[in-house]
Amino acid sequence: MQNRSLSFWLFLTPVILGLGIVVVIPFLYGLFYSFTDWNGITANAFIGFENYIKLFQESEFMNSIWFTVKFAVVTVILLNIMGLGLALLVTRNIKSSNLLRTVFFMPNLIGGLILGFIWQFIFISVFGDIAGLTGIEGLNGWLSTTNTGFWGLVILTAWQMAGYIMIIYIAYLENIPKELIEAAKIDGASSFQRFKNITFPLVAPAFTVSMFLTLSMAFKIYDQNLSLTNGGPFNSTQMVAMEIVRTAFSDNQMAYAQAKAVIFFLIVAVIALTQVYYNKKREVEM
Amino acid sequence: MKKNKEKRNLISIEILGLLLGLIWIAPFYLMIVNAFKSKRDIFSGVLGFPEQLVFENFVEAFIDLEFLKSLFNSVMITGLSIAIIILFSSMAGYALARNKSKLSGIIFFIFVAAMLIPFQSVMIPLVSIFGQADMLNAGGLIFMYLGFGCSLSIFLYHGAMTGISKSMDEAAIIDGANRFQTFWYIIFPLLKPISVTVAILNVIWIWNDYLLPSLVLSESNATIPLKMFYFFGQYTKQWHLALAGLTIAILPVIIGYFFAQKQIINGVSEGAVK
Repeated sequence: MQNRSLSFWLFLTPVILGLGIVVVIPFLYGLFYSFTDWNGITANAFIGFENYIKLFQESEFMNSIWFTVKFAVVTVILLNIMGLGLALLVTRNIKSSNLLRTVFFMPNLIGGLILGFIWQFIFISVFGDIAGLTGIEGLNGWLSTTNTGFWGLVILTAWQMAGYIMIIYIAYLENIPKELIEAAKIDGASSFQRFKNITFPLVAPAFTVSMFLTLSMAFKIYDQNLSLTNGGPFNSTQMVAMEIVRTAFSDNQMAYAQAKAVIFFLIVAVIALTQVYYNKKREVEM
Repeated sequence: MKKNKEKRNLISIEILGLLLGLIWIAPFYLMIVNAFKSKRDIFSGVLGFPEQLVFENFVEAFIDLEFLKSLFNSVMITGLSIAIIILFSSMAGYALARNKSKLSGIIFFIFVAAMLIPFQSVMIPLVSIFGQADMLNAGGLIFMYLGFGCSLSIFLYHGAMTGISKSMDEAAIIDGANRFQTFWYIIFPLLKPISVTVAILNVIWIWNDYLLPSLVLSESNATIPLKMFYFFGQYTKQWHLALAGLTIAILPVIIGYFFAQKQIINGVSEGAVK
């Protein structure tokens, strides 16, 4: 197919229209409107960087960024430890291997909104009852403080996504040649030595892949935030994605919300581009 | 001696795994058990079994969720979105892979680069544009899913095309087929494995999506997550009904998973590692 051929363009028309109207045009519009006083329908004045200066001075927005960063760091570490742990577990020669993969992966298929509601019940009612039975005070009043809201979100996300990260690690683990492990066994390497010297280096690329994947997932979380804590108490567990939605559709400050959305894009893009850079570098080394 | 020790090791790993598995499904277990309780029963404790099984919770939740209607909306929106994503993305992946020009490379790059843009960064103008065009409805939503879903799908199809020899096209063209016939009868069937992956990845996302439908759809044609949100808001602190509703809402997913778990896990694995 050549550039001039009609069929080349006919084959591309639907997706060019789709991406253009749904992503590219709104993105460029948004970039432009973030420098105006746009109210969602009309823009009257070009106001330069006013929206951007304002958002860096708004404590609620900066808090949401800070909260999201803390959440992302903790979740990324936890998810990778859990994902690798589960993958090592289910790739052992155990009978329940397939059953366990199915179970660990299951939460991924259910939407964050519904899972958040289920865990609201767990954190409030189930934890409360366990506290009553055992006398562990720390299990009372979950989701009613910033701290328990934070850990609630971490636990929910880790539980939901660990199975997904597990799948990625399994793909890499199953690519390790069995002969390598066998040879090391014959040479008398202990299982810890085998992990440290064979498995770990060969699975290392999976770390980069899943670290950035989890990082960008953690940054973009919205549904779980909405259904588990709804940003409360007092908007202290509100993450960036939710902050933007609220500024736009509850406070109706469209141009201002769009400026926040542009900053959000920059953060997410930097994370993704760093990953691309690392992947390229690794390919060169290999 | 050594064999025995290894066997014992494996058994303890197996037990550890099963315990972890139980912890993993405990939230679902607690949801279902308490969905069968009366309001008073839940109030007196959520850890035990129900005093007696209350099926009325499910009946009431089923009616209030307008479940058949929400299920129908979810199936229609997800099904149609997947169909057009698969058709149009595979066509584009084919065209881009068979044209080795610089322009074709640039177009491909734009589609891949668009994956960097998070939803929230285009959401506000998107809703405004579609609102002015009077397209905030199911049709508009399906078109939006094409826009958001086509990038990753084209990327996957483009990759799969490298495994399909150009001589397939040439043979068909010599036999008198036009481009579309060549694609539809020769190439598209060969892309079936990747189509399954594309379908699975998009179904998981679109079926569960809440934010976009909440901005686009009215309550009368709500999908399951959207309806669940309204429903939950109505029954805060009435856990017996809320939990019955949640159980009903996840049932279609569990049934689907039961029948296609192998394809789902393989599909997700393929999509993530690439």
